[in-house]
Amino acid sequence: MGTIWVYAEASGGQVASISLELLARARELADTVEAVVGGDGEPIAAELGAHGATTVHATGDLGDGLAGPAVASAIAAAIEGGAAPDAVLFGTTYDGRDVAGRLSVKLGVPVITNIVELDQADGSLVGTEPVFGGTVNVSTRFNGSGVGLFLVRPKSFAAEESGGGPASVSALPVPDLGATGTARVVDRFAEESTGPKLDEAGVVVSGGRGLGEAEKYSMIEDLAKLLGGAAGASRAIVDAGWVPYSHQVGQTGKVVKPDVYVACGISGATQHMVGMKGSKNIIAINKDAEAPILGIADLGVVGDVHKVIPKLIEALQARS
Amino acid sequence: MDIVVCVKQIPDPADPGELDPETNTLKRDMKLIMDESDSYGVEMALQLRDAAGEGEVTLVSMAPHEEVNGLRSALAMGADKAILVSDEALAGTDALGTARVLAAAIGRAQADLILAATESSDGYTGTVPEQVAELLGLPSVTFAKEIQADGGEVRVKRQTEAGYDEVRCPLPAVVSVTAGVVEPRYPSFKGIMAAKSKPMDQVGIADLGVSPDQVGWAGGGQEITDVSPAPEREAGEIITDEGDAHERIVALLEELRIV
Repeated sequence: MGTIWVYAEASGGQVASISLELLARARELADTVEAVVGGDGEPIAAELGAHGATTVHATGDLGDGLAGPAVASAIAAAIEGGAAPDAVLFGTTYDGRDVAGRLSVKLGVPVITNIVELDQADGSLVGTEPVFGGTVNVSTRFNGSGVGLFLVRPKSFAAEESGGGPASVSALPVPDLGATGTARVVDRFAEESTGPKLDEAGVVVSGGRGLGEAEKYSMIEDLAKLLGGAAGASRAIVDAGWVPYSHQVGQTGKVVKPDVYVACGISGATQHMVGMKGSKNIIAINKDAEAPILGIADLGVVGDVHKVIPKLIEALQARS
Repeated sequence: MDIVVCVKQIPDPADPGELDPETNTLKRDMKLIMDESDSYGVEMALQLRDAAGEGEVTLVSMAPHEEVNGLRSALAMGADKAILVSDEALAGTDALGTARVLAAAIGRAQADLILAATESSDGYTGTVPEQVAELLGLPSVTFAKEIQADGGEVRVKRQTEAGYDEVRCPLPAVVSVTAGVVEPRYPSFKGIMAAKSKPMDQVGIADLGVSPDQVGWAGGGQEITDVSPAPEREAGEIITDEGDAHERIVALLEELRIV
């Protein structure tokens, strides 16, 4: 394969881990790997280069505009102007999905989504997506002409440095966006978070319906903190408004692959399992012995979370 | 304020069925229900309409076999009318083709605001709202956790990795909402009865001016090369709590050097 472009995201001068994961896999599949950035390229050119990108196509500061329409239009214009990547890889992130969706319409090609494996067969890329809660894998490839667009789930590949020097920065002009570019970010809020990010934590403790009420979620947060981990949630309690969407683990939330995943009062709907079954070790506590989550747990406890977790917290506190 | 809500009708997620061995797509020949993810958009639309004190909420859906079951649920919640696109030529349509159909159907309604879920519970591509916006040439804000209408614009709190962004977006616009953005109401008996007589505009792709080669298998531009079972994860040790299960958990955490 000739050239793969990777949509690289960054904040505070640091490249997102999903983008580094994509660069690592792209390097194994293509002769040339280049990054596309919605923002300034210079501050991250060294890091992107160290992970295998030879060039960074950067739009420059987007100001208060959203990445979706700006980056999609810029990529489409570059391709129209003669740039010819065989594929563009995006992380399944808030902005990654926006850019891929807009670009798909501009180029008239589909996006292959929720990819967890990416391979080459007969000269084309094949993406594999888990369905039915990760029990079945479906592989898909493009059969039309044009650029292949893939949305890849975080944690599918391991990031790895290539030892390359800084990437050269090339301007990626953003055309006039018309009405599509009229949304403006007027303020940015960082939610206070102590401890590691959900999708990067070594330990994730998640709560579900079995907690019974929203107030009991504090047990999950306490346990996560004691274990130096992050607190997650099933879709059921996010839908119920107990915790924000940013905590959701599952098909429609974050995919996590920690060393230890502790599922508390979560039955194990397919929706949830697809987001955590890649964890190295799974501990599940559920009062229903028939709960599907117990079928994939390394240690399954048939018991009441309201009894087991407080004792667990007490035992861990006594040690520290 | 006139609002369109995109509603997907899907197999019950509790019993999602299976893939058709011939086409490798999800079988949809059972009764379909409203995707729960869409109930948030419907509720949001009802609240915005009622706050504005005027306007209509129109549902737009694409479904096989002229399925209206899920649309009736949303009409029972209080939506005013629905447009259903059902056409044999749509079998096998992917996300981009779906967006083409929805965009064309939305064109039949006068909309200030178009709402959708961030992704469906079955296909979960998560690209359709943005594709619809691009096809309609509109601005968009995805992953909304709060929406307020303010004159000719919406103010949206958009979920981000770090927290959220406050985004102002002029109307008309497309906004996708996350689950939990509002609490969907349960339909009342009166609502359920009223839903039966609300307008249901049933159309095919020819009515929308969508060409058959833009949708279905032909319009997809992708093919499934393999379907195989994923490696199974074996169950480990199962214990029943007799008041000491926490000790076993601590022992395992020690073994794994977490504590």
